[in-house]
Amino acid sequence: MIDREQVLHVARLARLRLSDEEVETMASELSSILGHIETISELDLEGVPATTHVVEVANALRADEPRESLPRDVVLAAAPATQDGGFLVPSPQA
Amino acid sequence: MSDLIALSAAAAAAKLGAGEISASELFEAYRERAAADELNAFTWVAGAAPADGPAASTPLAGVPLAVKDLFCTEGVPSQAGSRILEGYRPPYTASVVKQLQAAGATLLAKTNQDEFAMGSSNENSAYGPVLNPWDRTRVPGGSSGGSAAAVAAGLAPWALGTDTGGSIRQPAALCGIVGLKPTYGSVSRYGMIAFASSLDQAGPFARDVTDTALLYRHMTGAADPCDSTSLGHPEAIALPTAERLDGIRLGVPEELSGEGIEEGVLARFRETLAKAEELGATVETCHLPHAPHALSAYYLLAPAEASSNLARYDGVRYGIRAEGAGDLVSMYTETRHDGFGAEVKRRILIGTYALSSGYYDAYYGTAQKVRTKISDDFKDVFGRFDFVVTPTTPTTAFELGAKTADPLSMYLNDFCTVPMSLAGIPAISIPCGLSDGLPVGFQLAGPAFSENRVLSAAYALEQAIGFDGSAPRA
Repeated sequence: MIDREQVLHVARLARLRLSDEEVETMASELSSILGHIETISELDLEGVPATTHVVEVANALRADEPRESLPRDVVLAAAPATQDGGFLVPSPQA
Repeated sequence: MSDLIALSAAAAAAKLGAGEISASELFEAYRERAAADELNAFTWVAGAAPADGPAASTPLAGVPLAVKDLFCTEGVPSQAGSRILEGYRPPYTASVVKQLQAAGATLLAKTNQDEFAMGSSNENSAYGPVLNPWDRTRVPGGSSGGSAAAVAAGLAPWALGTDTGGSIRQPAALCGIVGLKPTYGSVSRYGMIAFASSLDQAGPFARDVTDTALLYRHMTGAADPCDSTSLGHPEAIALPTAERLDGIRLGVPEELSGEGIEEGVLARFRETLAKAEELGATVETCHLPHAPHALSAYYLLAPAEASSNLARYDGVRYGIRAEGAGDLVSMYTETRHDGFGAEVKRRILIGTYALSSGYYDAYYGTAQKVRTKISDDFKDVFGRFDFVVTPTTPTTAFELGAKTADPLSMYLNDFCTVPMSLAGIPAISIPCGLSDGLPVGFQLAGPAFSENRVLSAAYALEQAIGFDGSAPRA
């Protein structure tokens, strides 16, 4: 079971504000989903290695050569707010 | 329907190459249909045929291509079905799209999809649901619902989609077309807006298996230096020609072909198995003992990866920003509140929960072990069988709104497709008939990098089935 407090805790970790209504719905939906998912805890997985990559692949590296990056003005053009050639954000301590 | 629209993509490419038809006429024929679309299949349609289109000497010679919204396309809206990316026009193009453009494909349209590819009905798009061209009261499947509906309705000759747990195969099945989820890593993910990076894979949608093979041929090849998980393909992709299945051993996993699958779907599935036997294949029951746990593992792994991937949507570098927030953290939390839809929020919460302190081993760690067991199950089966075959989906296309109130029932749509995603193996869905007037999909999966054999067997079955998908293109 996931209660309101747990939903709010996880939402804080995820930097996600939820309305009061969303908190209620999520608590009940997440409980039902996790209830279904938890059936995997019944499996005997002693000594089974965790999958890290489904296809065998060893260090895939490319040559470490400098390449051109996107022009600054092109990147900044997609941002909601910019100033002096950088991304503009509200102060962390406002 | 004009003669141009009736042509398969392979036939159109051949005629373009021979100078029998013109690329701008073909593009315009599709562009007009796409612009008049009533299915909400597109989020963007090209305004005109490209002035300097690809040369007739390129392999695809100017055949138009529809591309799922989540592939970045330079200067063209790429919003991944999300409000948080509203208005985003990327400064670069995804590697696979570039590769296809170099091969002679022209960008016709961007297709509607479930937000960040999370969904099985296309009802999670911030830009509205897509309608199934076989029955407009029903869903086209998801998450690549716009791509599937567009190809089925003849609004595009073929399309790109992505499959994380079934997002190509399930909509292909529900729309009566062919969809291939390739081996994980065979197509570059660079420029694909990420959902779950260890599972996401781009693949083709087409009217038939030959077109599917032709499109896939130009999607894979060499590994992409911009994607460290990309491997390319060890073989060139051939256009299939085999009409027999002599000596081919088909395994039918008991766990994915009985309980929970509706009778009309099972009937078409069994008829297709009988056709396979007539073509010379042997059909036997096999077992994937951990497959019933695949959905549980998937719905931990995919949300966990998504919660991390979607951390980048914070209102700083692209997309929307909530107005009026006082400090930085409020700006993040308000932007994400406003920008994400309900399903995305749900998965971010599940994923964050599964990765949070004290729960990581019990959830994420356990799911990664289940993933190993599922891969081992397939390895065992492929020791004795050439392919695993199942119905693609438990049901035919369901009505709009039928499952939106119950996320768990929506997740169960992916029951037959998720195991192959977890194992990273290629799987194709081909139409195998109708049930109550709605298409049924037949799924065929093989070992990693067996695409040529998968396509070849699917082609032989396609010839024997003789499915007529022309009704929704009329």
